[in-house]
Amino acid sequence: MSSKPPIISIEGVTKRFGDHAAVDDVSLTINEGEFFALLGPSGCGKTTLLRMLAGFETPTEGTIRIDGKDTDGVPPNRRPVNMVFQSYAVFPHMSVADNVAYGLKIDGVAKAERDRRVEEALALVQLEGFGGRMPDQMSGGQRQRVALARALAKRPRVLLLDEPLSALDAKLREAMRFELASLQHKVGITFVMVTHDQDEALALATRCAVMERGRLIQLATPSDLYEFPNSRFVADFIGTVNMVEGTLKTDNPTEAIIATKELGDVYIDHAVLGNEGATLYLALRPEKISLFRRDGVVPPKLEDCPEGYNVVAGVIDHIAYLGSESVFKVILTNGRQMLVIRPNLTRWDQEDFVEEQPVWLSWHACAPAVLAG
Amino acid sequence: MSAPGDDGVLAAEIADAQFGPAEVSAAVATARPRRNTPGPLDYLRRWPLQLWLVIVGLFLYLPLITLMAFSFNDSKRNIVWRGFTTDWYVKALTDSSLLEAFGNSLSIAALSTIASVILGALAAVALWRFDFRGKTAFEGAMAMPIVIPEICMGVAMLVFFARIMPWPQDLVWPFNLGPIVIAHISFSFPFVAVVVRARLASFDRSQEEAARDLGATDAQAFRDVLIPHLKPSLIAGALLAFTLSLDDFVITFFTAGPDTITFPVKVYSMVRFSVTPEVNAASTLLIVLTVLLTVVALRFQNPKEVAGA
Ligand SMILES: Nc1ncnc2c1ncn2[C@@H]1O[C@H](COP(=O)(O)OP(=O)(O)OP(=O)(O)O)[C@@H](O)[C@H]1O
Ligand SMILES: [Mg+2]
Repeated sequence: MSSKPPIISIEGVTKRFGDHAAVDDVSLTINEGEFFALLGPSGCGKTTLLRMLAGFETPTEGTIRIDGKDTDGVPPNRRPVNMVFQSYAVFPHMSVADNVAYGLKIDGVAKAERDRRVEEALALVQLEGFGGRMPDQMSGGQRQRVALARALAKRPRVLLLDEPLSALDAKLREAMRFELASLQHKVGITFVMVTHDQDEALALATRCAVMERGRLIQLATPSDLYEFPNSRFVADFIGTVNMVEGTLKTDNPTEAIIATKELGDVYIDHAVLGNEGATLYLALRPEKISLFRRDGVVPPKLEDCPEGYNVVAGVIDHIAYLGSESVFKVILTNGRQMLVIRPNLTRWDQEDFVEEQPVWLSWHACAPAVLAG
Repeated sequence: MSAPGDDGVLAAEIADAQFGPAEVSAAVATARPRRNTPGPLDYLRRWPLQLWLVIVGLFLYLPLITLMAFSFNDSKRNIVWRGFTTDWYVKALTDSSLLEAFGNSLSIAALSTIASVILGALAAVALWRFDFRGKTAFEGAMAMPIVIPEICMGVAMLVFFARIMPWPQDLVWPFNLGPIVIAHISFSFPFVAVVVRARLASFDRSQEEAARDLGATDAQAFRDVLIPHLKPSLIAGALLAFTLSLDDFVITFFTAGPDTITFPVKVYSMVRFSVTPEVNAASTLLIVLTVLLTVVALRFQNPKEVAGA
């Protein structure tokens, strides 16, 4: 995009503990000013990758460049990055102000300048006036802000955050999420955040890297990850999905048909570019399926159902009413279970669809993501 | 609901809460909730156990109390009570050889404490931080002085300083105390190491990493983060080492030269002539000092109580 060189570039990095590869041949670049998220299930190597950026682990293979410079052999205290630890790691024997001042003191910043920057950093995280407190007089959320202020006071080029919100309760987590976003906006520093919470990653990140068992599976913007997953793993990991296996029956430049056991022939309005007879997977998001009452045996006419083309019959088995939307568990006539999400746009929307109600499910010809593996 | 003082109703309520409806009628009939089976502390209210407590208490403390009481006895003998006096304390505190012994003891304790704390803490940190070949063996060897019978340590030290490394005579203070200090270090630093290691177990390593991340070198992180965390255990370990050194008799007895008598050894030699109340007075002073140090050490081992430290 920009002509500036990336602030971080990771080239073919592998980290082995014994013969177990915690990070396996990962290459990616992170641009200046980005809010970058590393996302993946527990144990996939996110923290290990982050710790290699901070300098606490050294790559077994590959190169990490920060700001264009090779970091090989550069200790953590000489890197232009700072980290917010999952446990916050606030020094319990120092006051809040001393915690924030620590990095500046080590750097030999003069007292007056130091005090000014401590004030500034505390103001940034809305902890003005808390400087004299000891950490054990602070709540978990406040301690987290201390950790943030302490890292930001050093004015790093990159701020590394390891699951910064995971220790907070749900309400606070939501609030801090917005605060992190606005903080990043204010300071303009590149943020690299590790999380296993997909909502957090989707809400905050400009780009996400999804990892699985040490490998980088997909690197994309949040919406691309959700709408254009490149694998069953990503489709499954991000959000909920109805996954259906099938084989490619017809493949033209403008349309394709995939034969499935569970949904019959599924019509797709674009080329799939595969070999006929190849096994494929359809990832169909629940909110992209429409529900219609099924009172007769005739499927809805095409003009009633612009999504058209793909229609299957089922019976509503269970409804989870979530306020803004309802999640329907529908059992097809062949026994396959499908999830459908329907927004409750009006206050009586849900009345048409009750449990045991026979329904038609239909979806647009471009709704499913077609995955090769 | 029930008027205060209405015993029957109140009892029924208590009974209800404790036993459920089935037993309510019985409880109301006696107008008093029945006792449940006694809890663990209830046994303390029964006489056999109370008697036992008294006997144990007597065995533990009667000798000490006698010793302290007779240090105030206005008599040369320790047998009959003749009246109250503090003369023996004056005598003890003006006895130059006793004072010299006490001075030796304090110097030895101070020197060996400093060395033990440094050695013990470093050993504990090394064992905690690094994995190396023979770590288990090293750990075991380090704990040996804790379990080896003191008499064996004493004899070993005697032989060592007599044969392997003879200590020159007539050195100036504090070098004349060398053998005793070395012997004391060797049995007290493992205790320091144990205390420090226990404290290390609760250290959050990411704090050290945070310091490194903020620009500190390894040494700075050690000084600014690890040492403050260890402070309570260093103080507790120091007091422990000090007390151990101060009242050690057996090992000191084997390593002391003619002009390096320590307080316990001096008391022993005084007792061999006659047990005068002066010995009682001196011992009482030592007991008080030791107890005080132990109390302080225990308080520091529980960091909750010294959160401000
Ligand atoms: N110091 C280490 N020694 C040996 N194995 C390690 C070490 N650190 C991490 N691992 C292993 O590497 C793998 C990746 O660990 P990592 O901490 O990076 O996972 P993660 O993605 O951060 O998971 P989580 O979401 O649970 O924090 C795990 O299997 C872990 O057991
Ligand atoms: Mg992790």
